[in-house]
Amino acid sequence: MQITSPAFKANASRELKNATLQKSLRNLERGFINNRARAAAALPEFEALRDEARDIKNHTLAHLDLYLEAYERKVTASGGQVHWARNAEEARAIILDICQSLQARTITKSKSMVAEEIALNDYLEAHDVTPIETDLGEYIIQIRHEPPSHIIAPAIHLTKEQVAGDFRRVHGNLDPERNLEEPVTLLAEARTVLREQFLAADVGLTGANFLVAETGTSVIVTNEGNGDLTQTLPKAHIVLATIEKIVPTLEDVAKIMRVLARSATGQEMSVYTTFSTGPRRADDVDGPGEYHVVILDNGRSAMLGTEFQDMLRCIRCGACMNHCPVYHAVGGHAYGWVYPGPMGAVLTPTLIGVDKSGHLPNASTFCGRCESVCPMRIPLPKMMRHWREREFEKHLGASVPRLAVRLWALLARRPFLYRLGVGAASTALRLIGGRKGRFKSMLLAGGWTKHRDLPVPTGRTFMDQWRQRQDEREAAGNAAAKHGRRLGQ
Amino acid sequence: MIRVAIFSRQRWISPLSMPLERDPAPAGSKQPRVGLFVTCLVDLMRPEVGFAAVKLLEDAGCTVEVPESQTCCGQPAYNSGDRADARAIAAQVIAAFEDYDFVVVPSGSCGSMIKLHYAELFDEGSPWRARAESLSKKTFELISFLTDVLGLTTTGARFAGSATYHDSCSGLRELGIHDQPRRLLAEVEGLELKEMAQSDVCCGFGGTFCVKYPDISNAIVEKKTAHVVASGATTLLAGDLGCLMNMAGKLQREGSEIEVRHVAEVLAGMADTPAIGQGKP
Repeated sequence: MQITSPAFKANASRELKNATLQKSLRNLERGFINNRARAAAALPEFEALRDEARDIKNHTLAHLDLYLEAYERKVTASGGQVHWARNAEEARAIILDICQSLQARTITKSKSMVAEEIALNDYLEAHDVTPIETDLGEYIIQIRHEPPSHIIAPAIHLTKEQVAGDFRRVHGNLDPERNLEEPVTLLAEARTVLREQFLAADVGLTGANFLVAETGTSVIVTNEGNGDLTQTLPKAHIVLATIEKIVPTLEDVAKIMRVLARSATGQEMSVYTTFSTGPRRADDVDGPGEYHVVILDNGRSAMLGTEFQDMLRCIRCGACMNHCPVYHAVGGHAYGWVYPGPMGAVLTPTLIGVDKSGHLPNASTFCGRCESVCPMRIPLPKMMRHWREREFEKHLGASVPRLAVRLWALLARRPFLYRLGVGAASTALRLIGGRKGRFKSMLLAGGWTKHRDLPVPTGRTFMDQWRQRQDEREAAGNAAAKHGRRLGQ
Repeated sequence: MIRVAIFSRQRWISPLSMPLERDPAPAGSKQPRVGLFVTCLVDLMRPEVGFAAVKLLEDAGCTVEVPESQTCCGQPAYNSGDRADARAIAAQVIAAFEDYDFVVVPSGSCGSMIKLHYAELFDEGSPWRARAESLSKKTFELISFLTDVLGLTTTGARFAGSATYHDSCSGLRELGIHDQPRRLLAEVEGLELKEMAQSDVCCGFGGTFCVKYPDISNAIVEKKTAHVVASGATTLLAGDLGCLMNMAGKLQREGSEIEVRHVAEVLAGMADTPAIGQGKP
């Protein structure tokens, strides 16, 4: 997947002019937010559950190695196999190996952002294994050759008319006169087309919402049921997950699940929650013959013990982007890689480097709405600020704003000079601005005046006026005292 | 005339049950000594807000002082990743303000910078960290100080017209300021409060964000001004001058006649000056 994060600004300007996208984003803004608010309000213990969910993950991260090893032992005991991948390259090679060992020609996939992260589809195609996305949103963006624009709703940037057009183009063998007006007819068509693929696939790949150390179980939550067909029908089930998906017990899964769907879509639970432990056993009526878990690090273990560790609590609910005014304005593609919105602004720099993705943690107003809805209480603005600090230390990013901040700080650290400077600025602005009250444009303030007027200072600085007021009060006090003395004489 | 009871020492300390480290006021005086942190934007762009704050505080029985060595809270440096400068400025503010009973700020954003973020700038266990934490305990945003600390229920102001209130992000989400300004506004004679939709959504200002990402900021503030206009109010109020300048600038660029002011101006009965960006008649 091509990374366009360095061009975030240009991406954003393009998306702001994309009328179809803007229409889709307005729908997202309304739906997700209201649904989450309703779901949270309906559960009295919701806030307490957020604390518990955070604590579970904090505990797990503090003992991550132990839980991962325990998990591997359980998977092995249940007849499955764990594969450790340090990076994307290793993960891709492991998955291809499994496919080739089964002479697989097609591999069905349920939605996995980690698969997007390692650009698995391109790699498999290049090695003659055809990946078939079975989540409706992922299927749509696959046939459009687009990256996802949202981590739980990958095709949220599209309208149903666009999808109907794509289906007519790709499903050429179907009746061209068929009705594709309603979302339900689109869904039915995708279901029909995918049904054959489910049956034909040699390997099925899913992500994981949780890996359970206690039992060696992987858990996925879906709304379409495609995940179940993906993992039970083929000869092998591959789970692709990253290290931070581990939780100690099934009880922990139950707890975190109570905040997951509520935060994501406002559902109490997603429609399907599927627990998979090992391959098909002798007396099972169905299930895959092989069960592989590829556990990927890809830069995450390097976040442990740093100011970014809290990010590893993320359960990928998408609430942060659903509530983000910047995401609402530009959509997911502007961020230029797999993970958009506030969680992406923190995670992407760790995965592809802050030199490539420096705009992401900067393009935030720090309004804090993401943190206020994060079920895992991840301090997202704080971590974006930490990225800005790393950039500042390394002299990354544009030099003009950096210089401006340094220059301004130089003054702010010297009150006397600052007073002189601000006094002069006030006088100059009032002189140029005159009585009209505001500027339509101003030199060096183009960023501001491009879209809005700039007020003229209304008078001498507060500090100037305050000093005068104090002097006058003092003078009045002295005069009164003098007067008093005179009277007394 | 604004009437405010002289608060007994117990009365104004007890809402927080906060032990003060020093005698709160000179012997014989029961007035809390407040250090006003003016904020750099108010200082330069709209001194009226500072004087409105002074009036509200003095009417509420406080002695107000304005330390000369204040410049800015350091937020531009802090949010640009320039920790060293932010720390130096924080130390300067701490030294200038730590002897007051209270530090009051007519901005949720600068207020939360001092109250919540200064401590993070210093190493745990260091003397500066302790000083930052002790300053934090007595630092308040203006409106929440008047209501939550002083127990003020009305300012006795009058205002002819309707107003809508925008919740600035830092004040709302970091300091929990939501009901306090609305409660005081409800008591302003003649003022009709008309809530806008999504008053709790960011206006797109974001400090340097609005000049670093002008197009995105514009898309956000456009949504905000649409809600402001739809509210039908003739005045827009908020507690942060940055947000106010952003929204006023956009409304004026759109040709709107809506007047934009800091909430303190209305609460202090000082809304007779030209509104933000309006110029002198």
